[in-house]
Amino acid sequence: MRISTIAYIFKQGFKNIWRNLRFSLASISTMAACIFLFGLFLALVMNFNYIVHSAEEGIAVLVYFDEGITQDKIDEIGREIDARPEVADMEYISADEAWEDYSKIYLGEDNDELAEGFMQDNPLANSSRYDVYLEDVEGQEDLVSFIEGLDGVRRVEQSEAAADVLSTFNKLIGYVSIAIVLILLAVAFFLIRNTITMGISVRQEEIGIMKLIGATDFFVRSPFVIEGILLGAIGAAIPIGILYFLYNRIIVYVIERFENLGSFLQFLPVSTVFQYLLPVGLGLGIGIGLIGSIFSVRKHLRV
Amino acid sequence: MIDLVDVSKSYSKGQPAIDHMDLHVEKGEFVFVVGNSGSGKSTLIKLLLKELDPTSGTITVNGQQLNKLRRRKVAKYRRGVGVVFQDFRLLKDRNVYENVAFAQRVIERPTRIIRKRVPEVLTLVGLAEKYKSKPDQLSGGEQQRVALARALVNRPSILLADEPTGNLDPKNSFEIMKLLEEINERGTTVLVVTHNREIVNAFRKRVITMKKGVIVSDEQEGEYRNAN
Repeated sequence: MRISTIAYIFKQGFKNIWRNLRFSLASISTMAACIFLFGLFLALVMNFNYIVHSAEEGIAVLVYFDEGITQDKIDEIGREIDARPEVADMEYISADEAWEDYSKIYLGEDNDELAEGFMQDNPLANSSRYDVYLEDVEGQEDLVSFIEGLDGVRRVEQSEAAADVLSTFNKLIGYVSIAIVLILLAVAFFLIRNTITMGISVRQEEIGIMKLIGATDFFVRSPFVIEGILLGAIGAAIPIGILYFLYNRIIVYVIERFENLGSFLQFLPVSTVFQYLLPVGLGLGIGIGLIGSIFSVRKHLRV
Repeated sequence: MIDLVDVSKSYSKGQPAIDHMDLHVEKGEFVFVVGNSGSGKSTLIKLLLKELDPTSGTITVNGQQLNKLRRRKVAKYRRGVGVVFQDFRLLKDRNVYENVAFAQRVIERPTRIIRKRVPEVLTLVGLAEKYKSKPDQLSGGEQQRVALARALVNRPSILLADEPTGNLDPKNSFEIMKLLEEINERGTTVLVVTHNREIVNAFRKRVITMKKGVIVSDEQEGEYRNAN
């Protein structure tokens, strides 16, 4: 194909937007509204996931050993647990460290003397343990039954309730987000297709003329496709830009408004969210514009 | 140049629009096709443009059998056939130059050729000075000249005109027909579908009269005859 033809097709694509300004604005607004909702929702879901994941990371399974166990045996148990795929991280707490933590929490900083009274005879002598942190709370049950079966393990403590709540919450967010994203995409696709079809029916005569004077389907379709891509890209870029500037403000507002939840509410930085939102949002805009325009022109090409 | 052998075209139930028609048009001929509404004139044009396919029979134009033409070859075929319509079918948002250049763009002519060819053909139809005007700034006659220029710019070997004077006053009708005659004298085969009696009688060309999808008369240097 000639460069002049390619240049002509692009020029016509741009001109089409200008020639049908009202229709173009309608398409861009529709796309912008859908991508804005999509972006808002994606940011929300990503942050929910992040918060849930942070909470999951705080849940540990505590593993206590049989009395009089050797350090070698403890190390061996540690290696076996560490090899499990559910394990994200683990930490060994010796009996002395356990007592130190306990005395700090329950006897307080000012009761050093009281604590020292126990020093020679650690009340938690058999309380050395592993704190095992999980990749995913859903794996907790399997891991616990595995650890309970290990030789030398006396007791395993777990927080079933917290794990269940988080696991259910996580699943719920997953299902709801998939459903909402699918609905939003379907709505966006049909609205864009509708607006492009409206624009094309205005130009049906033009397509007919082009076909009768010997234009190929490719030549007829290309300017509309370029137009669709441009409308999609502009319609996506606007809400993505708006979301970029709004994101931090919203987070600051939420943190200030719900100050008491400060330690629980941890948000993703704007860069992390936009690492996904930018390519996905632009891809969706361009993709919907492209497919919408191809679908809309197709039926008018049979002249 | 144009050959129809036993061609029929039916749209649905009832009388066929074209009924077992045979027609032969030589290269360089000028032919009027006349007849009342519903006689099948416009269907004939649509068949020749491959806008429609015949229900039966074969159509050969420029050596190409249209029945066997693949869909992706249709565009190339149409480039050899110029066409003008009663309602001009110009792109209203583009000026005269752009409307004519458009036909060259469609067949991917290089820009330097377009810049040379478009003024030439606009001069031929007498609109060189109005190249910047939009269609709605032109009279009906002028709009039909633009449509003619667009049909001619790709140097087609056949020109089909479907009621080209249908929306024009007698003076403009006559001028458009003179132009078509001039184009014919330069070697283009011209087929004009019309029901303009004065024009047909004034030009004394081959006249084919149709009625209910059938050719009822075919005369060299003929006159407009009522098909009743």
